Amino acid sequence: MLSRVADSLYWMSRYFERATHSSRVLEANYSLMLNPGKLSTEQRWQNIMSHLGLPSDATRIEPQAAIVKLMSDNQLPASIVSCITLARENASQVREQISSEMWERLNQLYHEVVQTAANMYDDSDVLRLFMALREGGYKFIGVTDASMNHGEGWHFIQLGKYIERTSALPLLLDAVFSAQEGADDLDWVGLLTSCSAFEAYCKVYTADLKPEHVAEFLLLNSEFPYTARYSTEKMQEALEAIQRTAPGRKFTQIERIAGRMHASLAYAQIDNIMSRDFERFLASIIEQCQSLHAALHEAYIDYPIESAFEA
Amino acid sequence: MLERAIPAPFSDYEVGTAYDEMFRANGRARQHYKALYTKLLNLPADELMRSKQEADLSFFNQGITFTVYGREEGTERIFPHDLLPRIVPAAEWDTIEKGLTQRITALNLFLKDIYNERKILRDGIIPGEVIYTCKHFRRQMRGVKVPRDVYVSVCGTDLIRLPSGEFVVLEDNLRVPSGVSYMLTSRKVMKQTFPILFRKCGVRPIEQYSQALLSTLRSLAPEGRSSLTIVLLTPGVYNSAYFEHTFLARQMGIELVEGRDLVIHDNIVYMRTTSGLQRVDVIYRRVDDDFLDPLTFRADSELGAPGLFNAYRAGNVVLANALGTGVADDKAIYAYVPKMIQYYLGEAPILNNVETFLMTNDTEREHVCANLDKYVVKAVGESGGYGMLIGPHSSKQQQEEFRERIMDQPRNYIAQPTLALSTAPCFTDDGRIEPRHVDLRPYVLFGEKVTIVPGGLTRVALRKGSLVVNSSQGGGSKDTWVLQS
Repeated sequence: MLSRVADSLYWMSRYFERATHSSRVLEANYSLMLNPGKLSTEQRWQNIMSHLGLPSDATRIEPQAAIVKLMSDNQLPASIVSCITLARENASQVREQISSEMWERLNQLYHEVVQTAANMYDDSDVLRLFMALREGGYKFIGVTDASMNHGEGWHFIQLGKYIERTSALPLLLDAVFSAQEGADDLDWVGLLTSCSAFEAYCKVYTADLKPEHVAEFLLLNSEFPYTARYSTEKMQEALEAIQRTAPGRKFTQIERIAGRMHASLAYAQIDNIMSRDFERFLASIIEQCQSLHAALHEAYIDYPIESAFEA
Repeated sequence: MLERAIPAPFSDYEVGTAYDEMFRANGRARQHYKALYTKLLNLPADELMRSKQEADLSFFNQGITFTVYGREEGTERIFPHDLLPRIVPAAEWDTIEKGLTQRITALNLFLKDIYNERKILRDGIIPGEVIYTCKHFRRQMRGVKVPRDVYVSVCGTDLIRLPSGEFVVLEDNLRVPSGVSYMLTSRKVMKQTFPILFRKCGVRPIEQYSQALLSTLRSLAPEGRSSLTIVLLTPGVYNSAYFEHTFLARQMGIELVEGRDLVIHDNIVYMRTTSGLQRVDVIYRRVDDDFLDPLTFRADSELGAPGLFNAYRAGNVVLANALGTGVADDKAIYAYVPKMIQYYLGEAPILNNVETFLMTNDTEREHVCANLDKYVVKAVGESGGYGMLIGPHSSKQQQEEFRERIMDQPRNYIAQPTLALSTAPCFTDDGRIEPRHVDLRPYVLFGEKVTIVPGGLTRVALRKGSLVVNSSQGGGSKDTWVLQS
C-alpha cells in the first residue's frame, strides 16, 4: 500500500475519533450543566474544556458559549467542525481505497455538521448536533467494519482510531481526578458517559460509583471498546497484521513500545496505580502513544530512503 | 425545412443545413436509426423523462462528476448526459477505424523523426520554424530512445461530420486526452435504460477498453523486468479529471500515485509503500509535460517527481504518453498531417482535415483578417475550447481584438471555416426531442498494435444552436453505438 494512502487512512480515522470523542464528552457535560449547582467555575469543568482544546483565555466564558465554540468554531483546530472537515479531507484523498458506503456516510455527516454548525441558534441545535455525531459515528464505524476489505488499509484505520482513543482517555481522567474534591455521583456518571461507558460499568460494578472502580474500569477493563486496555490490545492486533503484509521489514521499536504499553495495563492493579503517582501513570500512557505514533510514521510513512535500500 | 413530415414526438424537429445523424433531408429516418426511431414513436414522453431521471441519479450515485473551476474549490457537478444514443453504422465505422489507424501511425513516425533525424524538415515538407516555435516542442527529447518508437500510445481524436456526410478530423489530442471514463460509464447506464433496444440493434462492445489500455501499457515496458509495476500518475484530487483517474486505476487494478509518492534514486523510479520502496516500470501519466519533473521542466511544479526525466532518458521507466507529443497536436502543425501521411506512408489520407489557414502565410492571413466574421480562429496551443473566436457569433470588438492578436503573433493562430457540425436527436430538459450539434471522439491505443474500441465519446452542444461541445463550456455527452452490421 502506498505510504501516502496509509497515512491518509490513519489520519481520517484519528480525526473522526477525535470529533466523536469531543462530542461524547460535551454531551455528557452538557447534561451535567443542566443540574442546579453544577457551575462553570468548577475546576473540573475548566479542566475538561481545556482538555478538549479550548484555549485557556476562553475557559472562563459562559459554559453554553464554550460548548458552542468547541462544536462549531472552524477557526479552532480542535473543534468538532474542524475535525470532521479534516477527516473528510483525508478520506477524499483516498476515495478509491475506502468503500463508497464509507465515503457516503462521512460525506453526509460532514454536510450535516457543517450546516448545523453554521447556524447554531439555541440548545436544540446543540442537541441535534450531538445526536448527528452519535448516530453518524456508529454508522461510520459500522460500515467501515462491514463494507471494507479487512486488509492493510483497514488496519491503519483501526490503528488511528485506537491510538486516538488511548491518548484522549488519560487527559480526560486527569481532568476529573486532579479536581476530585467535591465530586459527587453525578460527576462520576458524567465521566463514564463521556466514554459511553455508564451501562457497561454498571454491569460490572453495579451502580455503586467509586472513583477507584471508575478508574479501574476505564483503564483496565479488557472487554469494553472505550477502555485503554482494550484499545491497546486492538492496536497490537493491527500492528501485527500490518507487519505480516511486509514480513521482510521488522520494526522492533514499534513492537517494544506497543508491547510495553499493553503489559503496563494488562498486568496492572488499580490500587497499585492509584496509591503511587496516578498523574504520572496517566502521562506515561500519552507519552507512549506519542512515541508509537512517531515510530509508525518513521517506519511506514516517511522513512529515509537509505533505510529502505539497506533492507 | 420540413413541414409536419415527421410525426410526434418529432414534430418540432427541424432538420437544418447540417447533416442530421437520424433523419434524411426528406424527413425519413436513416436505416440504422429505424429501431430507435420506432421505439421513440411508441414511448410516452413521461416514460422517457423517468428514464432520464433514473440515468441522472445513477451518474450521481456513481460519483461521475467533474470539478468546476472558478467556484468554491472542489465544486462537483454531474457530467450532463443525453439519453438518446448516437448510432454509427458498421461501414462508416470501418472507414473511421482505418483512417485513425493510418493517422496515429503517421503521427508516431513524425514524432520519432523530428526528435531524431528530422528528415521531414530537411525534405522541406514542413518548415523547421513551425516545429521550433511550437511551445510543446521539447528539445530535451532529442535523441531519447522511446520504447517501440511509440510516442503516442493513448490518443483521443475529435471527428466532425460535414454536411456532405463525410467525417473529418477536427483535432488530435496527443497529450493527456480525457473523457474515456464517461464513455464507459455512460454505456453502463444505457444498457440499463434501453436493454431491449440495445440487443435488437446489435451494438459492438466497448467494455474491454481498460484491459486494452493495460495491455498497451504492458507492451511498452522495459525488457527483462519479470514482474511489472504499472501506475497511473494523477495531479491529485483537485484536478478536473480526478474521477477518471480513480476510475481507470480501479478498472485496471493499478496503483493511483501522485508525484509525492515517487522517489527517484540512481535513475530508478520507486513508489513509497508501507512495505518499502517498490520499483515502478510504466507510468500512465495524466500530468502535463510541464509539471512532470521540476528539475527539467517547470521548477515550481509540485505535481511531478524530481529526477523523473533522467530516469526516463536512461530507459529505466516508461512514460505513456512520451514527452513532447504536444508538438504534433499544435493546431498549426495539424495542418500538415495529410502531408505527413503522404510522406511517411505513401498513402492518401483516409480521413481528411478541416480546411485550415495558417496565419504565418501572408495571403491566407490577409484573407482571414478581412473576413473574420466567417471564420473560427483558434490559438494553436490551447484545448478545451479556450482561446477561440467564433466569427459568426462574435462582436466587432472581439474581431478587432483577435485581428490585433493575429498580427502580433501570427504563429500563435490558425483559422478554419465555420463548420456546421452534424446534428443528432437529443432529449431536452423540457421533455422534447430536438437536434443538437455533436462531434465524436474515439480513443486510439497504440502499443504492440493499434486498438480502437468501437465507439467513443459523442460530445453534444446542449444549448440550442451552439457549436461548442467542450464540457467546460456547457457541453454534454451521449453514448455512441457502433453497429455490428
